[in-house]
Amino acid sequence: MQIQVNGEAIEVEPGRSIAKLLVQLQKQARYLAVERNGLLVPRSRHGEVALVEGDAIEIVTLVGGG
Amino acid sequence: MDPHASRYAKQILFHGIGAEGQVRLGQASVLVAGCGALGTALVEGLVRAGVGRVRLVDRDFVDLSNLQRQVLFDEDDVARGLPKAVAAANKLGRINHEVTVEPLVTDIGPDNVLALFQGMDLVLDGLDNFETRFLLNDASLETGIPWIYAGCLGAHGQTMPVIPGQTACLRCLIESPPDPGTADTCDTAGIIQPILSAITALQLVNAFKLLVGRGDEIEPVLTLVDVWDNSHRKLRLGTAQERQSCPACGLGQRDWLKGERVARSSVLCGRNAVQISPAERLRLSLDDLATRLAPVGTVLQNAFLLRLEPTGTDYQITLFPDGRAIIKGTEDPVVARSVYARYVGA
Repeated sequence: MQIQVNGEAIEVEPGRSIAKLLVQLQKQARYLAVERNGLLVPRSRHGEVALVEGDAIEIVTLVGGG
Repeated sequence: MDPHASRYAKQILFHGIGAEGQVRLGQASVLVAGCGALGTALVEGLVRAGVGRVRLVDRDFVDLSNLQRQVLFDEDDVARGLPKAVAAANKLGRINHEVTVEPLVTDIGPDNVLALFQGMDLVLDGLDNFETRFLLNDASLETGIPWIYAGCLGAHGQTMPVIPGQTACLRCLIESPPDPGTADTCDTAGIIQPILSAITALQLVNAFKLLVGRGDEIEPVLTLVDVWDNSHRKLRLGTAQERQSCPACGLGQRDWLKGERVARSSVLCGRNAVQISPAERLRLSLDDLATRLAPVGTVLQNAFLLRLEPTGTDYQITLFPDGRAIIKGTEDPVVARSVYARYVGA
């Protein structure tokens, strides 16, 4: 199935968890926030939230300048 | 109209502030942590608006490379080598003498952050590094005093209000700051001034809402802005139940406040410089140091700092009386520590 990650379409297996998506993308969960359809998914739920067709995922990292 | 009412007339006319809101602003105390690009814009906004008391903390001095984006500073401040908090306070006193401005030239660390929070109604993030932001988050949760996170890089910026007991905290969002060397900085990605105007505007609006007693109108979201793409997005931050698993606001860990996550050297964003802080705050005599360092190279000294450019090197060492040094000419903390040891003594 297809989902959007930071505005780009990617293919993932149906029902894949956010935790597994991050592994697929080689991202480390502790350094980022995951937003699904406009809502933060807490890290404690990354393993249980299953992605569905058309989900819009944003991977957000902090910026430190200023 | 009396001068006080005249100064704030347009703001009092605005429905969100009003006469009562203006009185509340005048009774409020705000800590601005950091006085760089974010901090100068924030503190100027607070002082013009008539916030009663502003405590302004910064560890750095004004550099030519700051002038592109750090409002309040000018070429004269650079030539005089003034600390940022002092240079800003000088300007702010001319903008609005009714406001009490308390400039403090110091590094914010686990040993002094709670004292800096004391008596404050709100803390605004004007910082340039992750470590101190996570420390502010710990101190906010510990004291119950709200703070408003912000960070900018390139044309991108983020901000999020943290109201303990009501909203998500910084660690709900991100568990850990990126390791040194793994994230872009103002040096690698650059930064343009308009993003700072955009983000500090959002911070100031939330500050006003909170200080005039309209905190319930603050939206508990992370706002992401990119002024180059003209994009603006909000990230909703989840429920109180989901926050129970947050190490900081759910489980009560204070890793930065305990000093467990605080390093003794830090790379200064956009400056090609590293700050070294000794384990204990010292009380150095700048006069004695100037005498001792005179044979080593060119020494510039004022009431607040001493600057050494060792002959035959590209380094510039700026020393403060508390023993801190800003080593310009390297981004490698190891090199900086070595330079510190060579000229200052470790």
